[in-house]
Amino acid sequence: MAAASTENAIRSSSFSRVLIYLVLLLFALFYLLPFGIMLVNSLKPLSEITGGNMIALPREWTIEPWLSAWSTAQIGVQPTGLRPYFINSIVMAVPAVLLSTIFGALNGYVLTKWHFPGATIIFGLLLFSCFIPFQIVLIPMARILGILDIAGTTGGLVLVHFVYGVGFTTLYFRNYYAAFPTELVRAAQIDGAGFFQIFYRILLPSSGPIIAVSFIWQFTNIWNDFLFGASFASGGSAPMTVALNNLVNSSTGVREYNVHFAGAIMAAAPTLLVYIVAGRYFVRGLMAGSVKG
Amino acid sequence: MAVTTDTGADFRTRLQSWLPKLVLSPSLAVMLIFVYGFIAFTIYLSFTDSRMLPSYEWVGWQNYDRLFRVREWNIALTNLAIFASLYIAICTVIGLMLAIFLDQKIRGEGILRPIFLYPMALSFIVTGTAWKWFLDPAIGLENTMHLWGWESFAFDWIKDREMAIYTIVLAAVWQSSGFVMAMFLAGLRGIDNEILKAAQMDGASNFQLYRRIILPQLRPAFLSAFVILSHLAIKSYDLVIALTGGGPGNATALPATFMYSYTFTRNQMGIGAASAVIMLMTIAAIMVPYLYAELREKK
Repeated sequence: MAAASTENAIRSSSFSRVLIYLVLLLFALFYLLPFGIMLVNSLKPLSEITGGNMIALPREWTIEPWLSAWSTAQIGVQPTGLRPYFINSIVMAVPAVLLSTIFGALNGYVLTKWHFPGATIIFGLLLFSCFIPFQIVLIPMARILGILDIAGTTGGLVLVHFVYGVGFTTLYFRNYYAAFPTELVRAAQIDGAGFFQIFYRILLPSSGPIIAVSFIWQFTNIWNDFLFGASFASGGSAPMTVALNNLVNSSTGVREYNVHFAGAIMAAAPTLLVYIVAGRYFVRGLMAGSVKG
Repeated sequence: MAVTTDTGADFRTRLQSWLPKLVLSPSLAVMLIFVYGFIAFTIYLSFTDSRMLPSYEWVGWQNYDRLFRVREWNIALTNLAIFASLYIAICTVIGLMLAIFLDQKIRGEGILRPIFLYPMALSFIVTGTAWKWFLDPAIGLENTMHLWGWESFAFDWIKDREMAIYTIVLAAVWQSSGFVMAMFLAGLRGIDNEILKAAQMDGASNFQLYRRIILPQLRPAFLSAFVILSHLAIKSYDLVIALTGGGPGNATALPATFMYSYTFTRNQMGIGAASAVIMLMTIAAIMVPYLYAELREKK
């Protein structure tokens, strides 16, 4: 629609424009400051933090806190640094993202192009399952992971994240494929193409954007998860968020703030990177999960 | 489907017609067991005398009865009411304001928008770590103000039992208000400019334009923002753990932290399960009508 351009028809006076810019810049500062200050202070020696001004730039720049956070800081009882936990998070997130995306794509395809009775009810159930508070499944999940003998392992977390992520990915692909012309699918069917052939040859080639949305959104959610990690992973198998929380909240002796900050930035780096590289899809994922319900 | 008499082709056709159901069934089974089966199990546990481990001794409504007598649960509910209402209100106001401002042909919009939204990509644990220190009177904002010569400046909410819950609001607003901005901005960009131009020709002021034409058209965005934010508020757990750990004392306990501590550290699984059921019911009361309306609209 031509009318839905990026600019609106409102005109405003130059005074109010100055005010608008001022407010926008102030808010930009509000959003940037906590993270920015954390970044600056992660490059200071500890004495400059406890005895100095948090806004000031380091007098003596150092990457010592980063090295310490990565490889020698005390996490729980082991002085391993965050590195093993960072690897845990990757080992957990990658398969969980791939699995939930593959199944989400196939589910979306089935739900939109292969009508059968009860599809609406199935979709409704799937949709509601995306929004449950996870507290309601914590106790039985702990039992099941115990019974399957994968309690406290990264494999267990992959299962958990797949199970509670596939609803969202199905939602994404269903909404996307719903707009895809069904005539093309029917035509291919008449030509004798099978179920998977139609998926590979016809739907998949145009699924790039929604796959990106699914990857990014699932990765962000799984990487940032704390509740499942804290509940189902113990000690050495903990994901990054849990390790960071241990580093920040249970360090005995001197609180090494600069190390905490370096660790926090490391925990934030992967999702932040994804956001910077593919922010467009990130926003789309947010919208697909909310406005389009 | 093609009509064939060949039995081999017939088998293929039958297989083809079963494939969609076959492909969907693993996810369906997973959902039925891990979501709805688990919900049923937790509801069942909430009527038993489970302590450290699940027990199957039926005790009726006893856990619910006890739950609402526990002081900490009532604190958690009060906190949730304060937190959720402020969080939703402030995020909506800031989000709407930023969206309207950004929609005024702003130079540098492409830079500002991602800055407003990036906190949404961060883990609440990271947000908590940053804000915890910023709010710490000994080294954060208060200390900085003192160093700048404003000796009487005091900002120690995070250590104050009465005020600590507001620090959670502050950090949560920081994290999510940009997201609300993005939702409103999408809504604003979808409004038909012709209507606005027509109204302007009729002599409507900017304020009137927004009040009478634009805001009413943003109704779906308001609704979505409300639903998503209340859903996030009820589930809030990570941020409280990272920022205050539920303290000082249990001044910032929320239902999610209550559930966790009663179930896993205090070995009161029955009461923990009951609190989880209450959380689920609260979210269902908001989500079910919303999702139902959304699904019907699409048909």
